[in-house]
Amino acid sequence: MEKKKSLFSVFFNGIVTENPTFRLVLGTCPTIAVTTSAINGIGMGLAATFVLVGSNFVISLLRIFIPDKVRIPAFIVVICTFVTMVQMLLQAYVPSLYESLGLFIPLIVVNCIILARAEAFASKNGPLLSAMDGLGMGLGFTIAITIIGCIRELFGTGTLFGIPIMGASYQPMLILVLAPGGFIVFGTVLGLANIIMRKLEAKKAAKEGAKA
Amino acid sequence: MSLHVSNAPYVFSGNTTRVLMRDVVIAMIPTALAGIFFFGLRALLHILIGIVAAVAAEYGYQKLLKKPIRIGDCSAVVTGMLIALNVPAAAPLWITLIGSLVAIILVKELFGGIGGNFMNPALTARAILMVSWPVAMTSFTLPVYGLGIGVDAVSSATVLGGLEATPLQMFLGLIPGTIGEVSKAAILIGLAYLLLRGVISWHIPVIYVASYAVLALLLGNDVLAGILSGGMLFGAVFMATDYTTSPMTKKGQMVYAAGCGLMTCIIRNFGSYPEGVTFAILLMNIATPLLDKYMGAGRVYGKGKKA
Repeated sequence: MEKKKSLFSVFFNGIVTENPTFRLVLGTCPTIAVTTSAINGIGMGLAATFVLVGSNFVISLLRIFIPDKVRIPAFIVVICTFVTMVQMLLQAYVPSLYESLGLFIPLIVVNCIILARAEAFASKNGPLLSAMDGLGMGLGFTIAITIIGCIRELFGTGTLFGIPIMGASYQPMLILVLAPGGFIVFGTVLGLANIIMRKLEAKKAAKEGAKA
Repeated sequence: MSLHVSNAPYVFSGNTTRVLMRDVVIAMIPTALAGIFFFGLRALLHILIGIVAAVAAEYGYQKLLKKPIRIGDCSAVVTGMLIALNVPAAAPLWITLIGSLVAIILVKELFGGIGGNFMNPALTARAILMVSWPVAMTSFTLPVYGLGIGVDAVSSATVLGGLEATPLQMFLGLIPGTIGEVSKAAILIGLAYLLLRGVISWHIPVIYVASYAVLALLLGNDVLAGILSGGMLFGAVFMATDYTTSPMTKKGQMVYAAGCGLMTCIIRNFGSYPEGVTFAILLMNIATPLLDKYMGAGRVYGKGKKA
């Protein structure tokens, strides 16, 4: 029998256990493309979180009415609605972030994290749980790409959130803010995150083994 | 009584990795000496830092991950030395240090150590340094013939960047460039040693240069200056011949070398960088598994159809 999902466990699942970037390795395109600075990472993450929460909630509400055969186009229409809202909001209130994210805002529509959660979670669970799943997944994504953005910005330009950190004599390692640096940092952080997760899981398993 | 027969090969030639790598180091010594002669003790500092950093990085990584320590095979010495020889003498010393760390940890060890890397570690490190610090990596100085450790020479363009030089000057190494690439005479001594010892065959270096010459001739470039300037000879002898990242069969090696030569010429003529050796060899490194598959090495002994 499946355990009844609690709101907190669903939330926690998105941030750690099934972190979309480090565990599911979804949405790698924005992960590599927009993480040239920490602020871009946070901006992209929060925009995607907003879309995730909204689309998961609405798709969950509509899940009984959407015919199975056309569910993907239907999901996309819902997701598009929220992406358009985010795009207009960003353009109106944070034009500089809107400029630097550029094409990647409309591309949130095809972000596979959002479609995956609609398909795997929202179409099978109630609206409240789905919204919580969206929040957890979105924040998990935000945390992950902000970490990557911080590393790339710190070593690639010597600043953090635009504030100079490394001192005037530091010569930034330009490659980190270019595309190859995105792959290098993403791969390295992904590997380290998995080492840490494996250690934690081994510890947990040992604890449970001791209990039994 | 049962007989046990182990798998082929049976003949042991005594050529261990250590012996091969020692030969490569010996072959690079004339080039290193020429670099020190032309650019002063600062070049020696670069070389020492490169070697020490590479060996230390390999030891540290293998110790940390509780893997067998394999610094004894000398491959890290080769990598560290290659990186130093690929840096202009006037570049800050930390550039060589970072190059060695990147080459050993990022390119070699993360992909499984010696034999597991899909691109030449030293060359990849050079590409990363080039892209990261383009000014420091292209601030070439004219040879100083001194023992000075500081940067007192005047920076200058390379021959590929438009400097005038006679073929003899270029052959001896009286031109600006990285520590190892300037003296073609020293590189040829190294090549002769490697050929004599049977470490490499003539195919890759000769076909590399020949295919470059053919395309350069067709495009109307100055062929002799093209071969004697920049890092082409150094790349053809020490970089493109790396065992791990070049094809296994002779046929594959010829296609690989021709690709290196053509790509070098194309990048020099049409690319945004004046020099194309680094990226040409790296591109062909990536093509190596494909060449191995279609040029005869794809069949495991005793399996599949005969070609």
